[in-house]
Amino acid sequence: MRVVIAEDSVLLQAGLTKLLSDGGFELVAAVGDAEALLRAVAEHRPDVAVVDVRMPPTHTDEGIRAALVIGRQYPEIAVLVLSQYVEERYATDLLSERTSAVGYLLKDRVAHVADFLDALRRVAAGGTALDPEVVAQLLVRRRIDPLDRLTPRELQVLKLMAEGRSNNGITEALRVSPSAVEKFVSNIFAKLDLSPTDTDHRRVLAVLRFLRT
Amino acid sequence: MTWMDTVRAPGRGGPLTDALRALWSPQSWRATLHVLLGAPLGVGAGAVIAGLVLVWAAAVWSLAEGPTGARWLAVLYVVVAVSGPVALPWCVQAFGAVQRARFRSVLGIELAAPSPVAGGGPLRLVRPWRAPTTWRQLGYHLLALVVGLVGGGLVAICWSAVVLAPWYADGLWSGAQRPGVGLGVTVLTLALLPAAPWVARGLARIDEAAARALLGPSRGEELALRVESLARSRAEIVAATDAERRRIERDLHDGTQRRLVALAMHLGMARAGLTDAPEPVRQVIAQAHDEATEALRELRQLVRGLHPAVLDDRGLDAALSGIACTAPLPVALRVDMATRCSPSVEAVAYFVVSEALTNVAKHANASHAEVTVERTGDRLRVVVADDGRGGATLDPTAAPPADGGGTGLRGLAQRAAAVDGTLTVDSPPGGPTAITVELPCGS
Repeated sequence: MRVVIAEDSVLLQAGLTKLLSDGGFELVAAVGDAEALLRAVAEHRPDVAVVDVRMPPTHTDEGIRAALVIGRQYPEIAVLVLSQYVEERYATDLLSERTSAVGYLLKDRVAHVADFLDALRRVAAGGTALDPEVVAQLLVRRRIDPLDRLTPRELQVLKLMAEGRSNNGITEALRVSPSAVEKFVSNIFAKLDLSPTDTDHRRVLAVLRFLRT
Repeated sequence: MTWMDTVRAPGRGGPLTDALRALWSPQSWRATLHVLLGAPLGVGAGAVIAGLVLVWAAAVWSLAEGPTGARWLAVLYVVVAVSGPVALPWCVQAFGAVQRARFRSVLGIELAAPSPVAGGGPLRLVRPWRAPTTWRQLGYHLLALVVGLVGGGLVAICWSAVVLAPWYADGLWSGAQRPGVGLGVTVLTLALLPAAPWVARGLARIDEAAARALLGPSRGEELALRVESLARSRAEIVAATDAERRRIERDLHDGTQRRLVALAMHLGMARAGLTDAPEPVRQVIAQAHDEATEALRELRQLVRGLHPAVLDDRGLDAALSGIACTAPLPVALRVDMATRCSPSVEAVAYFVVSEALTNVAKHANASHAEVTVERTGDRLRVVVADDGRGGATLDPTAAPPADGGGTGLRGLAQRAAAVDGTLTVDSPPGGPTAITVELPCGS
């Protein structure tokens, strides 16, 4: 799978390069700012772009804006945005442009190599990967009542769904049986008045829409 | 220390040595020069101002009577009648500046100039008429005319006594008609000499008092200027504090945090890759990896509380969810602000929520917290409530809780006060606690 990296720190660029090549990805370009990223994407047409949020020149949300441009111009190219802080507002922006083949994770997550590579593969394959902290940020903004209806276990499942995990992923994370996960999921959809959907990313969308309203 | 304080410093000798020393002390000579300069200046200012008034009155009178004679005379009258009211305040202010320069250069007394009359437009030429400072300065010029003439004369006579005494005495004694009177006059004139420094200093003091009252800004103006300068310096301090927090955040983001991410990443790669290493080695690597990710998490949480980039970029509303979700207890966040406040107010509100939630987590023993931010008109109201044990106080005299709670609240109250805000604490023993901060939104 072909990857472009945009990261202005040389140290992290080198680390990511090694991490991704060890993980079986083919690195086609590593750049240090958003403009260079857009040029590299246009030139190499990678499968996935891994993008830092704060990059020169303003060091605010260049990465998010670049990811939105990529989403509009090349819907087939997946984007995984990395940042030292995650912000639900940036996540909302990202998801307003596309709800598949998109991810937004804390940089800390690269330390857990296997999980990180899983998330990257999921995004590259058209799925979603939202940092648990983004989901937590969306949750603090909810009026408490509808979530009160959920049991703690169902709330856990809801968070994992929002992060973009499939039923299999939830099964692994919670160490419960697949049939139990299916039951949790259908309970959640029923309790939150959401219509059940077939595919994983449409499910993520439904959950996020619920959390954001 | 002003020039007068140095004069009043007690001498070591008796009254006679004091009197003699005063004769050639720099203070006496400066006071003398000041009073002597005051005479021509006072007379000059008085003459110019009186002349202006007279010429203007004559021109107006002639116009009222109906001008006779050459046509250009009528034009001249109109010009004088119109320009007089503009020239007079200007003259008053100009002479005021000259007088202040006299105080500054001769006595070393710095008199603040009155603030310029505010407002523009075509009326700005005559607006000084309505300013009290113009009238007070005019009063000083009239007083300076009297003080200058009388004082200048007195001081001149006193100092010249040393010359006048022999001359007088010579005239009276050489006639040998009235030696008694001659002796009396001589003694009197000689007595004037030691009095000269004190007369000069006394007159200079009177002049100084008059100038302080009339030439500078009034007490109200002085206070207004002081308040303005204090408000400005306080706003600068608040802005500097924000800038400092931003700088620390950026430095940590670009430096330490990146290194820690790289460290944790490499340890993660080692942990994942070195599966064939001996068990103790793998254990050490696993432990190092866990420590590194934990340090990263702690540092991220600390730095997120400082001044996140998203606060500048997207505002208070967007920034708050980041601290609400990392609190170690469930927090409900409700923000209702349609428009943003000034950056310094947003920074203070953010800081208040961040610190208050830290306090709740540390001291309150609460199971839930609620953060409410509302903008009503020009006020931003921030409430951080929890269902903990209560007993939080702002009172510095109250015994601090054993765990050191309470000091943080005073810091928050100071931050709020720095932007003209208020902080109130409602926290009965047993709870619940509500900390309310009200801030003016600013421009």
